[in-house]
Amino acid sequence: MTATDPQPGANARTGSCGVRPAPDGPPPPPRKRAFDWRAALAPGLISSASIIVVFGALYWLITSAEQWPRIKAQFFNIDHMIAAAPRVAQGFLTNLQVWLIALACIGVWALVLAVVRSLRGPVFAPFRLMVVVYIDVFRGLPALLLVILFGFGIPALSIPGLPNSGLFWGGVAMVLSYSAYVAEIYRSGIDAVHEGQRAAAKSLGLSEWQTLIYAILPQALRNVLPALMNIVVALQKDVALLSVIGVRDAVREAQIYTATTFNYSSLIVAALLFLLATIPMARLADWVNQRDRARRLQMAE
Amino acid sequence: MAEIAIRGLTKYFGNRLVLDRVDLDVSAHEVVCLIGASGSGKSTLLRCINRLIEPDHGSITLGGVPVGSAQFGRTGLQQRVGIVFQSYNLFPHLTVLDNLTLAPRKVQGMPRATANERAREILSLFGMDRFATAYPEQLSGGQQQRVAIARAMMNAPDVLLLDEVTAALDPELVGEVLRIIHDLKTRGLTMVIVTHEMGFARDVADRVCFLYDGRIVEEDTPDRLFTAPQAPATQAFLARLIASGRL
Repeated sequence: MTATDPQPGANARTGSCGVRPAPDGPPPPPRKRAFDWRAALAPGLISSASIIVVFGALYWLITSAEQWPRIKAQFFNIDHMIAAAPRVAQGFLTNLQVWLIALACIGVWALVLAVVRSLRGPVFAPFRLMVVVYIDVFRGLPALLLVILFGFGIPALSIPGLPNSGLFWGGVAMVLSYSAYVAEIYRSGIDAVHEGQRAAAKSLGLSEWQTLIYAILPQALRNVLPALMNIVVALQKDVALLSVIGVRDAVREAQIYTATTFNYSSLIVAALLFLLATIPMARLADWVNQRDRARRLQMAE
Repeated sequence: MAEIAIRGLTKYFGNRLVLDRVDLDVSAHEVVCLIGASGSGKSTLLRCINRLIEPDHGSITLGGVPVGSAQFGRTGLQQRVGIVFQSYNLFPHLTVLDNLTLAPRKVQGMPRATANERAREILSLFGMDRFATAYPEQLSGGQQQRVAIARAMMNAPDVLLLDEVTAALDPELVGEVLRIIHDLKTRGLTMVIVTHEMGFARDVADRVCFLYDGRIVEEDTPDRLFTAPQAPATQAFLARLIASGRL
């Protein structure tokens, strides 16, 4: 049935916008207006012209500045960019690897922390306390400090049996720091699950553990997905902190190039690569957020 | 002997006395309705029976065995006593079918095929088999509550506790839920029902208990309690209901 068919048996209401009611049915829905070129033309022209004028003026202002040629040569030199691109891109692959591995570790470790913190039995008190202290400490320290502390400090001990690479320990520092935040996000999601869900699970004979796994956590994870997406984007950038302990990531590689050529275009290449990765992730995060809001609206109905 | 025997049940929430030395016997196959104003302790009393709430004093026995006893094992009590809540409390991330089969599979280790078969049987009993693969949020309130009752019946309990199961429903959806409860009564289930639907209480209950300030101040057959209440508190409560047109 198309939307304009009269609904059999429905009451004929008088239309509110001048549409004549059908004799034995409700009035048709308002017609979708076709795109009106003439109406859209003027605002379109004005906004285009305005964009051209404003950006044109900015372009003229910047490029006609006395220092512009020096700035261009220092930061946007195409030859240097092309020369630096392969090694910076190679470094960026390291960024992506660390990002993905750290994400997986953070996701699991933070979940363990959050679950331990939300266990209710009195026997678990010491473990809950441990998690509270852990979160307070690692959320309270700058990630940079942790990266330096772990990345330089632990390899310097050269303890037998432990890996000695700065990359490994820098990654550990990122995981420790980020998991404190993510644990709190998980916990807020667990707390947001309605108490009635626990009552229902308990009344069906599920143990506390089973309640958590089968009833609470699936809902909690769905609750916090948008917040987690923001963490994913933030971590993508913060992996660059590892460059300070000598990990040859995109930033480090760009710096090495700069050190030999005294030209900063390589850093712009690294910046472009980061944007290339983070902007789509941010859009994805927005999309997840929007879908989540739609779901909540639907549930609230 | 009483199926459920409650003696001297007392519960505080902080300093507030919610249940004050309640005694109540429920025989097997009997349907008892608990009525009373909000905050009179009806739901608390109900939740003490399956130990969702731990009483401070007093005892509850089920078939002569204290409900806290090790004799029930970890989940024995939950196998014998089902509960349905006002807000359904279905698991929103699971389909109707999985809502029903989760506990039997995980608690009793029932194979999925067996559990599914049993779940479909119960759903069709309640006219809900069409919705086996739907998610709770796709159902109306009345349908969700029917699923919740079906879920409580998966363990084939002897006793069913109903906590204001129609209070959250639109008036036109109340009937479909009440019909099921009637049906369960004819199957010989022992039921303790907290309700604000006086017409329903009158209709389905073998006995009605009126709670006031944490005490059962009057219990009688519905006919006598609703037409000739003895306690002043009951009279005042029923008078208020009549004045507001709900009785």
